[in-house]
Amino acid sequence: MKGLSLKGINKTFGKVHAVRDVSKDIHSGEFFTLLGPSGCGKTTLLRMIAGLELQDSGRIILDGEDITGLPAIKRHINTVFQNYALFPHLNIFDNVAFGLRSRKVPGAEVNQRVKDTLEMLELGEMTKRFPHQLSGGQSQRVALARALVNEPKVLLLDEPMSALDAKLRAQVQIELRRLQQKLGQTFILVTHDQDEALIVSDRIAVMKDGQIIQYGTPAEVYDFPKNRFVAEFLGSANLIDGNYKDGLFHTAIGIFELEKPPAWEKGVIAIRPEWIRISDTKPLKNGLRATVTEIIYRGTNLDISLVPGPVRLRTSTYSRIKIGDELWLDLAPKEIAVLNE
Amino acid sequence: MNKLIIWYGELITGNKLLKRGVFFLTPGMLWLVLFLVLPGFILVLVSFAGRGTYGNLIWEFSLENYTRLIGYGIFGWTLDYVYILLRSVWVAFVTTGLSVVLSYPLCFYIARKPPRTRYLWLTIVIIPFWTNMVIRAYAWFLILAPELPFARLAAFLNLVPAGMPLYPSAMAVYLGMISMFLPFVALPLFSSIERMDWTLVEAAQDLYASNFRIFMHAILPQTLPGLSVGIILTMVPAMGMFVIPDLLGGAKYMLVGNLIQQQFGASRDYAFGAAISIGLMILTLFSLYLYKRKNRGIDLI
Repeated sequence: MKGLSLKGINKTFGKVHAVRDVSKDIHSGEFFTLLGPSGCGKTTLLRMIAGLELQDSGRIILDGEDITGLPAIKRHINTVFQNYALFPHLNIFDNVAFGLRSRKVPGAEVNQRVKDTLEMLELGEMTKRFPHQLSGGQSQRVALARALVNEPKVLLLDEPMSALDAKLRAQVQIELRRLQQKLGQTFILVTHDQDEALIVSDRIAVMKDGQIIQYGTPAEVYDFPKNRFVAEFLGSANLIDGNYKDGLFHTAIGIFELEKPPAWEKGVIAIRPEWIRISDTKPLKNGLRATVTEIIYRGTNLDISLVPGPVRLRTSTYSRIKIGDELWLDLAPKEIAVLNE
Repeated sequence: MNKLIIWYGELITGNKLLKRGVFFLTPGMLWLVLFLVLPGFILVLVSFAGRGTYGNLIWEFSLENYTRLIGYGIFGWTLDYVYILLRSVWVAFVTTGLSVVLSYPLCFYIARKPPRTRYLWLTIVIIPFWTNMVIRAYAWFLILAPELPFARLAAFLNLVPAGMPLYPSAMAVYLGMISMFLPFVALPLFSSIERMDWTLVEAAQDLYASNFRIFMHAILPQTLPGLSVGIILTMVPAMGMFVIPDLLGGAKYMLVGNLIQQQFGASRDYAFGAAISIGLMILTLFSLYLYKRKNRGIDLI
């Protein structure tokens, strides 16, 4: 099979079970993201793929070859480190050439490949500079070039954007996505930034306590979160507890109709704040009369809290809402995500 | 100058600040002039003087001491003194080199220990510091004594006659010198290694680097500051060391330190002793200059 397979990976540090029995197939040419809060084991998993950490049990298979016991220098996998880890005493050219020179690639080929990679990442002008003379964004591109020039089968990215400011980060995320699509290489990204994961990934694995909790395309994971953790970690959500009886969902704030009957009798539904519409008149189904208690102005939109609930909603159209206003909320059945708990 | 300025939170005039600086500086400067600069000048002066019959100084300008140092004597031309000087440089060089080679594994070992036991290990490295050098040299006498396994093993291998101690010998000098100077290299090196960024090592591994390449690109550049301090702290005093070569090398392994000591002691030839000292000083400064040129951007101080 082409691609990377993780089979039953376990890792403990002392008493901490950092990674628990993770098995996952990552297809060749896929942009795969490990998303989770800090301490969820995502970086440990990445380091085990890189060969910088040894798993307690489990196997790693790359393109059909078992690389479980191979050290990092024998794996055709390269990493972009969180702090970039550029060699401070080498200039940009020598930094990028490092991997090729380690493998004793002939000089002319090294020059050509480094030049091509630097140009692809718009670093052609920087070859003679040293890492301390670069901005954060440039350092990040150099780290990317240093890994990509080796044409790895899998490129690992360990929170590569955490050191960039918000505006640059948004730009770099899109560039990274385009680059990956152009190269068609397998990228595995580790991040705790849900926006980043949604923007760049083909598939996301949401991790918590060393386990993959949910796995799927960004839309699947965002639109159909499996449980409270995923619903709240990716974006925000109104989580409403209740009982399903006689085809209706009974909650403390009202009775709602669902699109499909859930698999449980007592459970939770999630509604994203931006899925709720504001209506002047009572909606036909799932209407909720609520009073505005708080408005947070965010420029592009308003975040509004209401009672009963409290229900949070996000809107970009109703800018003339005041605290104390009574509104009709439209919680349409198809906008309600039913959780597995 | 009388304008008010803010100096680290204090409101003060420039004049006052200057006066205060001079006040703080004077005692130290005085000390240095009195006990370093002045004796240095006297040494230079003496080196151009001559020796009287009873070991007194004769104040007549001559270059005789220097010509003698580079080999022109009453018995024709020999390179004995130059050999001794070069041998001293060689011994200092080997001592420093071996201390560095031994320090790296030692420091990595200690740096990998958990903080609780790390300082215990460091203390073990430092303890010899607290012991007088002469006592330590005599300790080697005991270790290298003919009755102990080391000398017996050497005798068994026919390296020395049975019943002989392993001193005085060149090897004993190296043993003594390295045990003396190892902490001078290990401690500054440790402070660099302790603060090392290991992700650079991981990056090098990730980029297929051999162990040699990892050392050259990920470890050496990061530990160079500590290593430099260690090398200079060892190289400079090792060149002029005389206690250990005297005790452990005896007449068999004369170094420049012993030679100087001899001139000021038994031979009572102060002028020649001063000339050798100046020669050693020039050699030391030249070595430092070479080191500085090879490692641009490294602060020697």
